[in-house]
Amino acid sequence: MIALSDYLVFGAILFMVSMAGIFLNRKNVIVLLMSIELLLLAVNTNFIAFSHYLNDVTGQIFVFFILTVAAAEAAIGLAIIVLVFRNRKSINVDELGSLKG
Amino acid sequence: MNFVIPSFLPAIPEIALLALTSLILVADTIWSKRHQFATYYATQFTLFIVGMLLLSSFATEQTLTFSGSFVRDQFGDILKLFIILISMGIFMFSREYLLQAKFYRGEFFTLGLFGILGMLVMVSAYNFITLYLGLEIMSLAIYTLVAMRKSDSKALESSLKYFVLGALATGMLLYGFSMIYGATATIQFDEMARVIASGSADDVVLSFGVVFVVIGLAFKLGAVPFHMWVPDVYEGAPTAVTLYMGTASKIAAFAILYRVLVEAIPDLVADWQALIIIITILSLIVGAVVTLVQENLKRLLAYSGIGHIGFLLLGIIAANPGGYSAAMFYVIVYSITALAAFGMIVALARTNTEFDLIADFKGMNQRNPWLALMMLFVMFSMAGIPPFIGFYAKILVIEEVVQAGFTWLAILSVVTAVISAFYYLRVVKVMYFDDPDDATPIEPVSRQLKWAVSFVSALLLILGLMPSSLITLCYNSLS
Repeated sequence: MIALSDYLVFGAILFMVSMAGIFLNRKNVIVLLMSIELLLLAVNTNFIAFSHYLNDVTGQIFVFFILTVAAAEAAIGLAIIVLVFRNRKSINVDELGSLKG
Repeated sequence: MNFVIPSFLPAIPEIALLALTSLILVADTIWSKRHQFATYYATQFTLFIVGMLLLSSFATEQTLTFSGSFVRDQFGDILKLFIILISMGIFMFSREYLLQAKFYRGEFFTLGLFGILGMLVMVSAYNFITLYLGLEIMSLAIYTLVAMRKSDSKALESSLKYFVLGALATGMLLYGFSMIYGATATIQFDEMARVIASGSADDVVLSFGVVFVVIGLAFKLGAVPFHMWVPDVYEGAPTAVTLYMGTASKIAAFAILYRVLVEAIPDLVADWQALIIIITILSLIVGAVVTLVQENLKRLLAYSGIGHIGFLLLGIIAANPGGYSAAMFYVIVYSITALAAFGMIVALARTNTEFDLIADFKGMNQRNPWLALMMLFVMFSMAGIPPFIGFYAKILVIEEVVQAGFTWLAILSVVTAVISAFYYLRVVKVMYFDDPDDATPIEPVSRQLKWAVSFVSALLLILGLMPSSLITLCYNSLS
């Protein structure tokens, strides 16, 4: 039997990996988008694990909403990346530094 | 299992807004070829209708609908009315700006309306799903709005930055939500408060969740140390979009902060109060100090906005209804002041100049004394100099935080307010005592805009002379 804590640890690892992906990534913007998706998957894992162990369906419903919105978000993210590429002919994170940040 | 049809009445303004916006979205493709401004007028008309619907059904007590996921109360209705009023101002300023910047498109208005729909849903959210959906409806609209000028690589870069950090913030917020859900087995705010009060929830999981929720909310509000995106996005985005992000959306962000911290997890006050105190101190200091070196007015307003968020959070730290009301008053006043400030930049922007450098305002008094006076009103109100309304906003939050026993925080906030008065007064000094590089008189783009700028700026003085009705409104809604 897999315990609730195993799922939570798995979710936490996914979360860490996606954080590392966002902050350590110096190459490609697409990797950023992938990391964001991974972040949402970590959340989904948590919700489903809790939902199963609490015997409560709300968490699973929440996951449907997150998945749907994540799809819309990815569409917008990719659209922005396409525009950036058209303008600069590159989607390298290092070259996106004209604002002081 | 039986299905009960929920009462749609409390959500009528949102439903009307959604229906009319969808209609405009389709109709715009036909209209825009024949009448350039049809979409603009339809947008203003829609906002007017939604405002009237809100007023006619103004809530005096709390009503829940859609199985308790949507709430209608006086607090929400007041914030919604201000969101609608400020948005009408935003669209009015934006139209001229878009014409000058040569990217006038109907999509700006439909996306703007969808963003407002998101804000209204956020204000009325009463469980995590509604809150998340409202937040995303608003954020997705703003990401797109920032990237609307497709040839402007600065705007695109800021849009990408905003998108990545915004999505990260949402992820953090959701991670916190999942933890709180795991501990309390509910996503409903009132039930959650009950479960936590009964003490049956796991404390460790709960405080873990609270940390992530507070970080996510701080990201959305633009508080330090999660503020990196604010100056870049404000500067990079077209001024019309900055206007949109910096005003109405702050009210909505405050609303979700209140709903989550105060209505959902009031018994965890010890956990979130400590976090908010750290965020507030950092925001106040960064807002005061980093702003000193800014030369771009949009960046200056972005950093000063961070400081204002610090002041707003002071009211939340007080953790009593008086403090929340003071914070609510602060956010409304800040939105109006920011509307006036960005509106001034919009009114003076021309096809080839953004008019967003402090140097652009050199000798404004000689070029247009009336506008210089209006800008002086805005800067004095932001600095918190009486008799302008910004003074009352600051004094109320400080008073509440002193009463709650955080005198040292109040002293820190006054010190930062004095430091920040320096850069507001520097703008005034540049306008009145420096010689202009180009002494030709300057006028707002249109007469309508001149009236609008004058009205919003004068409002800061008028409200400052009689602030009591607005203050009472805020205090009554949360007592």
